Amino acid sequence: MRNPLSKTIVQIKPSGIRKFFDIVSEMPDAISLGVGEPDFDTPWHVRDEGIYALEKGRTFYTSNSGLKELREEICKYYSRKFQADYDPIHECLITVGGSEGIDIALRAMLDPGDEVIIPEPCYVSYLPCVELTYGVPVHIPLKAENEFRLTAEELEAAITDKTKLVILPFPNNPTGAIMEREDLEKVAKVIMDHDLYVLSDEIYAELSYKDKHVSIASLPGMRDRTIVINGFSKAYAMTGWRLGYALAPQIICEQMTKIHQFAIMCAPTNSQYAAIDAIKNGDKDIEMMVQAYDQRRRFLLQTFKEMGLPCFEPYGAFYVFPCIKQFGMTSDEFALELLKKEKVAVVPGTAFGDCGEGYLRISYAYSIEELKEAIGRIRHFIDTL
Amino acid sequence: MRTKILNLIEEDCKLTAKDIAAMLGETEEAVAAEIAAMEKERVICGYTTIVDWDKTDEEYVTAIIELRVTPQRGEGFDKIANRIVNYPEVDTVYLMSGGYDFAVIVKGKTMKEVALFVANKLAPMEAVVGTATHFVLKKYKEHGVGITNVTKSERLAVMP
Repeated sequence: MRNPLSKTIVQIKPSGIRKFFDIVSEMPDAISLGVGEPDFDTPWHVRDEGIYALEKGRTFYTSNSGLKELREEICKYYSRKFQADYDPIHECLITVGGSEGIDIALRAMLDPGDEVIIPEPCYVSYLPCVELTYGVPVHIPLKAENEFRLTAEELEAAITDKTKLVILPFPNNPTGAIMEREDLEKVAKVIMDHDLYVLSDEIYAELSYKDKHVSIASLPGMRDRTIVINGFSKAYAMTGWRLGYALAPQIICEQMTKIHQFAIMCAPTNSQYAAIDAIKNGDKDIEMMVQAYDQRRRFLLQTFKEMGLPCFEPYGAFYVFPCIKQFGMTSDEFALELLKKEKVAVVPGTAFGDCGEGYLRISYAYSIEELKEAIGRIRHFIDTL
Repeated sequence: MRTKILNLIEEDCKLTAKDIAAMLGETEEAVAAEIAAMEKERVICGYTTIVDWDKTDEEYVTAIIELRVTPQRGEGFDKIANRIVNYPEVDTVYLMSGGYDFAVIVKGKTMKEVALFVANKLAPMEAVVGTATHFVLKKYKEHGVGITNVTKSERLAVMP
């Protein structure tokens, strides 16, 4: 028989996290700190709205771009919270999670051979999505001494004649790093000097513990160069609803909508109705969750300090990224041993790029009680090394 | 800092001063001192445990009793309330707006015991003009905690 597979897809590496997941799922009594989603339930008023939409028989397709009311609320929200203005009719697209937005933005913008700058460590899907469009990924290994922020110098050094797009994944999964206004201003200057575009993945924007998140789209001259990816998963604890959105200049948004129209049709109708309620009435829920995450974040950092486990202070998302280089093991070895000996699952930093070597991603989307138990076991593990 | 501490220990009074200090970015001493001060001022009135007695072999019954009373000149409702709270059978007393005056939560071993307490102690009080006793059949949620419908999280163990 002929080989049924595409060479392109076969040469793409499966996610490093998947391998780890398979091991953990064989250990029912393991405690996991490996989850990338909130531990909170979707706020009841949002679920109630979803149920109500079903009761009302709202079970049909919506327009390809998504419900107009939802797009209007999203644009109002972005303008209110992040001072970035997009037109709800032509510049906003409702997607199936932020991940779809990433995929179709790349497909809408890249020709084969176009270079895309990807700062690492980062979320696992940018690289394969770039490869699927025959784009060329160019990695920037971010440095611990810069608190894993992207500097203008690092960016400048990675740019070639073929560079078209820069991915800006902040607040960052897995490091928890953020970019503050002055960091963004320096990077924005380089981007404008070289006539580049930015894909700003702001899915963790609400989970910022220092100052409010700054969107690069709000900086002078950057709106027309920026595709903002965001969604409801992290801010409103709505991962399973699969609802995200992209805000992009009309010329880009139109092409993204075209792909979305052929590949997806529309995001789930029920989720869209629930999301309208989330974005209109969810500020208090976000505030409650952010406060809880912040307390857990401080708790973990304090505990690491006592344990002598070095970790820079991350101000975003719900991850800490401690350094384990002092133990003379690779991230993979450390994580596997920890799982075997103490039954605690964490994700090796290398799952998010080679430069994650020597680090672990620990999620604090868990109750303090669970964190205490897990950290107690990690402490015991380290003491026996 | 007070409100933040209270919000945390109202949810979980087993948190130590050390935990709270780490979570709030304060020192352990400052948190311990603040808690001690609040205990002294009776901002914190006590610590309790939410128990699902249905899971034990103990016999118990809870009733909510509506009391209608005649407030007394110069004393209002407080004098009557202060008499009612003295009974150890009485768990909770609220002054209510609406159709009756006091909601009294009474705990006892059996329905008969509670009914007799109402008949012998509460109803005959001079100011009381009427009572209505409602027995609790099943508890679904107490102190913000679900009693019956606790489901296990279905989150996958490792996700990007």
